[in-house]
Amino acid sequence: MQNRLSPQNLTPYLFILPAAVVLVVGLIVPVGNALYMSFFDWDMGTSWDEAKNIGWDNYVRMLWNDPSIWKSVWVTVKYTFWTTLIEMIVGIGLALALEKPIRGAAFFRTIFILPLMMSPLIVGLIWRYMLDGRTGVFTYYIDQLGRSFPFLQEYGFVRTGYLAEVSSALPTAIGVDVWQWTPFIFIIILAGLQGLPDDVIKAAYIDGANWWQMTMQIKLPMIFPLIIVTLLMRLIDVLRALEVLFIMTFGGPAASTEVLSLKIYKTAFESRDLGYASSISMLLISITLILSLVILFYSNPMQQEDR
Amino acid sequence: MTAQATSQQAPARGIKWSTVAHYALLIFLALIIIFPGYMMILTSLKRQVVIMSKEPVWMFAPSLANYEKILEQENFLRHLISSIYVGIASTLLTLFISSWAAYAISRMKFPGRGLMANTTLLVRMVPPAVLTVPIFALWGRWENLWFQQPDTAPSLHTTYLDWIGGSALCTANGDLMDALCNIFSDGLLDGRLGLILFYSALNLPFIVWLLVGFINQIPIDLEEAAIVDGATPFQVFNRIISPLMRGGYAVAAIFTFRIAWNEFILALILTGRRTYTLPVKTSLFTSEEGVLWGLIMAMGTLIVLPPLLLTFFAARQIISGMTAGAVKG
Repeated sequence: MQNRLSPQNLTPYLFILPAAVVLVVGLIVPVGNALYMSFFDWDMGTSWDEAKNIGWDNYVRMLWNDPSIWKSVWVTVKYTFWTTLIEMIVGIGLALALEKPIRGAAFFRTIFILPLMMSPLIVGLIWRYMLDGRTGVFTYYIDQLGRSFPFLQEYGFVRTGYLAEVSSALPTAIGVDVWQWTPFIFIIILAGLQGLPDDVIKAAYIDGANWWQMTMQIKLPMIFPLIIVTLLMRLIDVLRALEVLFIMTFGGPAASTEVLSLKIYKTAFESRDLGYASSISMLLISITLILSLVILFYSNPMQQEDR
Repeated sequence: MTAQATSQQAPARGIKWSTVAHYALLIFLALIIIFPGYMMILTSLKRQVVIMSKEPVWMFAPSLANYEKILEQENFLRHLISSIYVGIASTLLTLFISSWAAYAISRMKFPGRGLMANTTLLVRMVPPAVLTVPIFALWGRWENLWFQQPDTAPSLHTTYLDWIGGSALCTANGDLMDALCNIFSDGLLDGRLGLILFYSALNLPFIVWLLVGFINQIPIDLEEAAIVDGATPFQVFNRIISPLMRGGYAVAAIFTFRIAWNEFILALILTGRRTYTLPVKTSLFTSEEGVLWGLIMAMGTLIVLPPLLLTFFAARQIISGMTAGAVKG
């Protein structure tokens, strides 16, 4: 391809330079800084000069001597696993069910992206309000429902505070994330399904494939790479997310919703342990880095031209 | 991407049950999606007494008291300006620098191009929580620097504070918010420059990714003709590529502005009492004298308004931007 307008000179680098500077100053330096700080014992409120270099102590403490970290990792794993799993299944299921083009589809898609456009802080606050034990609309109506259908009570669906009880806080938080992000999966998978080449689908129809065969043997395998990329993107975003949980539960009750992002925040600004918070940051960033490398392996659109 | 809209029109004879079920399901889902937003607007119109009743109230005399209370607060305008300023500035910065980078990645071959493309994608994964600690530390140190050299730097510092109207920025409640306020309210002037930088950095990877896709779709012939006529790469970009990228810029602007407008954690860390963005201001209603749901919901409605309008005017572009990243892969 003769797509290359410019010989090897400085021009490309001049075009890249501002972006590189912003990325380095805005992301890479702070991350490097966190890495450096993770080897120090530094309390918030004291000057940096008083910080002690303690080598790997923060990491030793994190990996071997601090059960709360592992609890947080476990909460993160559960939260990430269930949100992603439910969102993928529901999102793909809905995309398959609603795949057929229909009048007014654009309007509904507009509605479906609304949760994504809303501030996560506001999303968290609205749900916290609706699930509130005293004034929450959900709490009230499920309580009413529980009076009519006692089995709901037996199975523990009726609560006084969905976000306030240890056993129900995490499932409720997962539900909120599912509400917010399933539409995202739905829209992406729908675009993938509707972008499948017509001739393949028609050929399968002519060969007499029924809906199930069509779905399992033709459509899903064809959009499989898309499913994987969507899944990984979602995984990373769940790990990065912090604001909804921050305002909804702030990790509580009893750290039952304290994902790693929140653990970092609380360690830094509640326990005032900046060095230790940095080392937890390194744990979180390693996890997301590994997932990103997998995505990169599967697809990087910017490299498509290279071949 | 939009082919499905034109390729098949349902034949207009008889009503199929599958179509009815299709609409029924869509409407059911739409109601689930809309309900929390509806609750927010409804609650924002309730008086505190109505809000605190145990039984949900659906019929009530709507009142704008919550909105009036918010608008009456002298600081509201300041926080609104803060949000707009940070949103627009970071959007402009991101658009300029990422369109240049996207142009280079899309059209030029140079050593390090693959590396650049990969790193851009990799840094997309940095969690904002990871940034909180170093940002706190870096800005804190700048702050200390200023205070340790009373003869040199503070002149600018105090002048600026006087200019925005006084220096008693934080009360001494001793809570976490106050501690943050004390340390950061003045850091790097007022924290907003920092926010602009970090929002741009966090948005950049995705926007470069998005714009590369747009530039790849532009036919190369025009540029080649311009090069033959002796145009420099910068002229080619400014006169040929840039005007053709309006659609791409629009999508990118929506994404960057939305994130800057909605973001909360970094703004909480970086801005001070005078420069809080609207989400940070809203979050404070949960700590001051109990949870003020009426004010929160009114504030929430105001915050959600701009993204809501964007969504209704540009849903197609937003969706194309969202799917572009994944579908191309």
